[in-house]
Amino acid sequence: MIGLPHYLMLSVVLFCIGAFGVLIRRNLLIILMSVELMLSAGNIALVAFSSFHGTLDGQVIVLFSFVVAACEVAVGLGIIIAAFRIRASVEVTEWHRLKG
Amino acid sequence: MESILFYCFAALTVGLALVVIVQPNPVGAAVALVGAFFGVAGIFVLLQAHFVAIMQLLLYAGAIMVFFVFVVMLLNLEPRSIRFRTLTGSRLVRSTAAIYLAAILLLSMLGALRMNKMPAVAATDGTLEAVGRLLLTDYVVPFEILSVLLLVAIVGAVAMGKREL
Repeated sequence: MIGLPHYLMLSVVLFCIGAFGVLIRRNLLIILMSVELMLSAGNIALVAFSSFHGTLDGQVIVLFSFVVAACEVAVGLGIIIAAFRIRASVEVTEWHRLKG
Repeated sequence: MESILFYCFAALTVGLALVVIVQPNPVGAAVALVGAFFGVAGIFVLLQAHFVAIMQLLLYAGAIMVFFVFVVMLLNLEPRSIRFRTLTGSRLVRSTAAIYLAAILLLSMLGALRMNKMPAVAATDGTLEAVGRLLLTDYVVPFEILSVLLLVAIVGAVAMGKREL
């Protein structure tokens, strides 16, 4: 029998894979993809709680999160293209001077 | 039956997510990400969130991934494998932070698993009608604000794409 903890466990595993991807990769595109993975993990948790709680509010919030993800990808890829135009590379190591 | 499907979709999602973060070639990572999103859509169907599952396929596996593949094609990148140095050295500290986070979350989840007093699945079908009704009654103000957010994102993306910033 699959219960709420199983779905939450899947969500945690997916989130950690995404966080690990952000930390170990240097390609800006793949970092953005890992952020999408983390967002999906959050969506799974929201839908699981909503479904097991018996209300639909969580699913509505997931729809909002889809729109926010679409905006994030649009602006993020715009930034990546602008960065590529300046340094001809999408490696984060090219931008280490931003580290403050 | 439900548990078999759950484990299939979960294995698909986690396996392809791992492929995303180890794949040297960005195109391969994008294709693996599409597969992972299909797995997540299957999980949503198992949770009876049908409308969210359809939107996951249309928005993520459709629109967002087309965007990713388009940019990968535009930038014309060569694959670059992860060097071992990335996993050691000063990055080790940050990776350890991720592993620490994973351990904490997994331990708390194991604690939750031990609670065998789980609520039963209530019959809530996330159909288009039910979700749409909620979206246009209780959540109508956030729904309208989202359209402003989309407008801001369009203007921002066009501004970032200009020849000189």
